[in-house]
Amino acid sequence: MTETQTTSETGTPLIEVRDIVKHFGSVIALGGVSMKVHSGEVLCLLGDNGAGKSTLIKTLSGVHAPTGGTFLVDGQPVSFSSPREALDAGIATVYQDLAMIPLMSITRNFFMGREPLKGVGPFKYMDMAHADRVTRDEMHRIGIDVRDPQQAVGTLSGGERQCVAIARAVYFGAKVLILDEPTSALGVAQTSMVLKYINQVRAKGLGVIFITHNVRHAYAVGNRFTVLNRGKTLGTHTKDEITIDELQNLMAGGKELQDLGAELGGTI
Amino acid sequence: MSDGNLAASAPDAPDERLIRTTAMTRLLRRPELGALAGLVLVTCFFLIVANPAMFTLAGIMNFMAPAAQLGILAIGAALLMVGGEFDLSVGSMVAFAGLAFGTVLVTWDMPLVVAIAATLAFAAGIGALNGQIVLRTGLPSFIVTLAFLFILRGLTLVGLKWATGGATQLRGVKEAAGDSLMLTFFSGDAFEGLFAWFAANGWIDTFKNGTPKVTGVPVEILWFVGIALFATWVLLRTKFGNWIFAAGGDANAARNSGVPVRRVKTILFMGTAVCAALVAILTVLDAGSTDARRGFQKEFEAIIAAVIGGCLLTGGYGSAIGAFFGAIIFGMVLIGLTYTSIDQDWYLVFLGGMLLLAVLFNNFIRKRATGER
Repeated sequence: MTETQTTSETGTPLIEVRDIVKHFGSVIALGGVSMKVHSGEVLCLLGDNGAGKSTLIKTLSGVHAPTGGTFLVDGQPVSFSSPREALDAGIATVYQDLAMIPLMSITRNFFMGREPLKGVGPFKYMDMAHADRVTRDEMHRIGIDVRDPQQAVGTLSGGERQCVAIARAVYFGAKVLILDEPTSALGVAQTSMVLKYINQVRAKGLGVIFITHNVRHAYAVGNRFTVLNRGKTLGTHTKDEITIDELQNLMAGGKELQDLGAELGGTI
Repeated sequence: MSDGNLAASAPDAPDERLIRTTAMTRLLRRPELGALAGLVLVTCFFLIVANPAMFTLAGIMNFMAPAAQLGILAIGAALLMVGGEFDLSVGSMVAFAGLAFGTVLVTWDMPLVVAIAATLAFAAGIGALNGQIVLRTGLPSFIVTLAFLFILRGLTLVGLKWATGGATQLRGVKEAAGDSLMLTFFSGDAFEGLFAWFAANGWIDTFKNGTPKVTGVPVEILWFVGIALFATWVLLRTKFGNWIFAAGGDANAARNSGVPVRRVKTILFMGTAVCAALVAILTVLDAGSTDARRGFQKEFEAIIAAVIGGCLLTGGYGSAIGAFFGAIIFGMVLIGLTYTSIDQDWYLVFLGGMLLLAVLFNNFIRKRATGER
């Protein structure tokens, strides 16, 4: 991977949050988080379990309304009351559980909720030929040879399913993609397939927020890295400012991990 | 397949692995395959064992009529099962809708068209109630509709006594219906002119006086075929059909993708209840009376027919045309046994055996077709 610097650091960020706060009753899930994503960059959101990653993406994708702070999309303050509104604003989230239905065909999954229609009045029907063609083309574009778009999603590998989910979001006009641990359940080959595709999507000019707790995966595609810990940002670093080990330590929150790594004879 | 065929399809699909998607795989992927195979099997069995009269025109109408009555219920049940829910109250719903229909028509002396419209609307309301309880409480539909199986059956008994002044049968439907135009669609036979013409030309069997032995196609068969075609079109070719698969496959994932899962399921519950009401109207008009035992245990037969038709109990997979074939299998065996020397009571054994076989077959096929690991 050759790109080292973010491409559009200067323009208006696609998404920006400033000092965002989210309380669940007496629990402070987010205690003032700030971050931004520009077009054509991958922002990696790193953090250990319980750091507030999930709460943050659910806030960004309209599932939770923030308790306080500013949320800007294209420089305009917004407040989403449902995931649908966030989607309409171009913020698409690909969840860990994928929102894919294994028993349904790839085409049916691809167009689920946004079926292309043909015909008039009450006799509107799904344009299956068009849907199949689009699905096959989109899959081909990301390098997955779909033998038959009518085959069930259950026949695809985990990485391929993840790519279908991303391709669907891109096809339906997402400007910002939020990927919730897309590589956490995948093997090595599958992971590189997804990472390669994330890089492709970034090159197309989308903003990507890549949530992970795997530093290697993050470092492979990320332009900037925001580390969360206990509901707060520990800072944002560009790729040339920080090494993979420093990032690891920052994320783990201290020296103990380094010591443990030395003890076990390898990086964790 | 010839070489020419393969070459012709090549530019369309440059992937060399495409050959692996053989016609066989495509066929196996169709959920109704099991039902079709079963139908062929059962037909062959009766062709060998039964009296040849079974497969004359009159014989076919004989077994198609009960198949149609069950099939209308089964198709509604199949769509609901694909949508991930059950309705165990359809049998009781037939009785309850029959009561509603009889009451409006006979006791309140309303015109037939009003009685039909009121019955269908009333059934839709109860279906919606079923759906709302299931969706709002999050209870399994199995339990909620099991409760309604008893509630509706009980209400039918109570209601019949109230409507008739003590009896559990309400008579006088034919007299009350009179000669309304609606009877053409909901009672008797269709295409009588055509069949008379066939008879006149000697193409079908006639009695000695020249009237055809089969005077027409019973209307319930036409409803059955029509509903099967419509349901199949909805399921496979419309947006709503895609939503049914999605809602049944994974309600949460469907919701995340913008599918209005609650609305879809409510409509499906209403659809099943309306199918039950339609069967009630057809059979009550046919018999001229309604009673509390109408539709007894039909919910199980309908679900079995849907399962034979390829519906998975877990939802998200199945077909309407499969339920159509499943219902025909039922009608064929129920009536077909009378054309053989086999004891009628084997019917129940067949029922259970067929269900078991269908579920095993479906599981096997699903695993193969979807490559589930």
